[in-house]
Amino acid sequence: MSDLQIWSVILGLGVATYAIRFSFLGLLGDREIPALARTLLRYVPTAVIPALVTPLVLYPPAMDGETDPARLLAAGAALAVGVATRSMLGGIATGMGALWLLQTIGLPGGL
Amino acid sequence: MARYLDGTGFRAGVIASIPALLAVAPFGLIYGVLAAEAGLDPLQAMAMTTVVIAGASQFAALQLMSDGAPALIAVLTGAVVNLRMAMYSASIAAEWRGAPLWVRALAAYTLHDQAFAIATRRYQERPDEPLERKTAFYFGVGLTTCLVWVIASAAGLALGAQAPEAWSLDFAVPATFLAIVAPMLRTLAHVAAAASAALAAALLVALPLQLGLIVAALIGVAVGAAVEIGTTRWAARRDRAAGVDAMEGRG
Repeated sequence: MSDLQIWSVILGLGVATYAIRFSFLGLLGDREIPALARTLLRYVPTAVIPALVTPLVLYPPAMDGETDPARLLAAGAALAVGVATRSMLGGIATGMGALWLLQTIGLPGGL
Repeated sequence: MARYLDGTGFRAGVIASIPALLAVAPFGLIYGVLAAEAGLDPLQAMAMTTVVIAGASQFAALQLMSDGAPALIAVLTGAVVNLRMAMYSASIAAEWRGAPLWVRALAAYTLHDQAFAIATRRYQERPDEPLERKTAFYFGVGLTTCLVWVIASAAGLALGAQAPEAWSLDFAVPATFLAIVAPMLRTLAHVAAAASAALAAALLVALPLQLGLIVAALIGVAVGAAVEIGTTRWAARRDRAAGVDAMEGRG
């Protein structure tokens, strides 16, 4: 990516993010958000993040897109611990720890 | 300004944000490492982290930039990741009735997940606090978390240049995203939204310009909202039926 493109991403994302944050605080005052819009907004992060993460887990760029069983297992562990403990840091630490462990000792069953 | 930075409220905000720093600092550190790996120079990496101040969207933009996606797609995806902040904005705006525009404009700059969560908890606990204390508390939280966020990003950037490949730091991105989304899976509707978006993304991975991501996200949002509306109606019908039964039983 060229310098110009990188700077356009930085400024574009900065302006877009500020506009979202300022939306109700600045422009709409304390008007209510319509119920349907509120329902849809509730699912935005829950949908965007899995859509972003699934290709990264299935076809990791660091492996040139080749599916990696160690990364699959580590991703499963991060998700499971995240769901069980509701702790973001716990999930990250579990995922990274599991991957390092699997890369050090090898996969069970010699996958 | 001093009026909206009441000392007691500001100090309370700084103190209340300390536990959140445990999440903010490592997240910033990971951002710095990944920005260095994605090929941003230090000025660009620090510009992004101080202008945007929204980790998940920065990760998303970095990932798309490394994949060679067009700048517009990187911006669009990052913005979609941040759409949730419109809800935060609405919720803070409701608490800050009567605050001048420039105070609200300043607040918008630091409106991220932690600042929103900590401030709204305080407002629920102390709904009758005067406006000046509410704003001061919020700015105490926002200033502390953003300062630590920027410092941690810089530290990660310094570290990133030296991180060996054996650390597999590329995996910090999916691990962090999974850890962010896992606690959100509290209801059937959230699970359905996440599962359908993930499935669609896996199937649509070949679409050009990373468009599969946006299409999959829209599918997930629609499925989540549909399941929520469906389960709410079902529960209402069940409650109505139970009410009728109870009345008949009494009669």
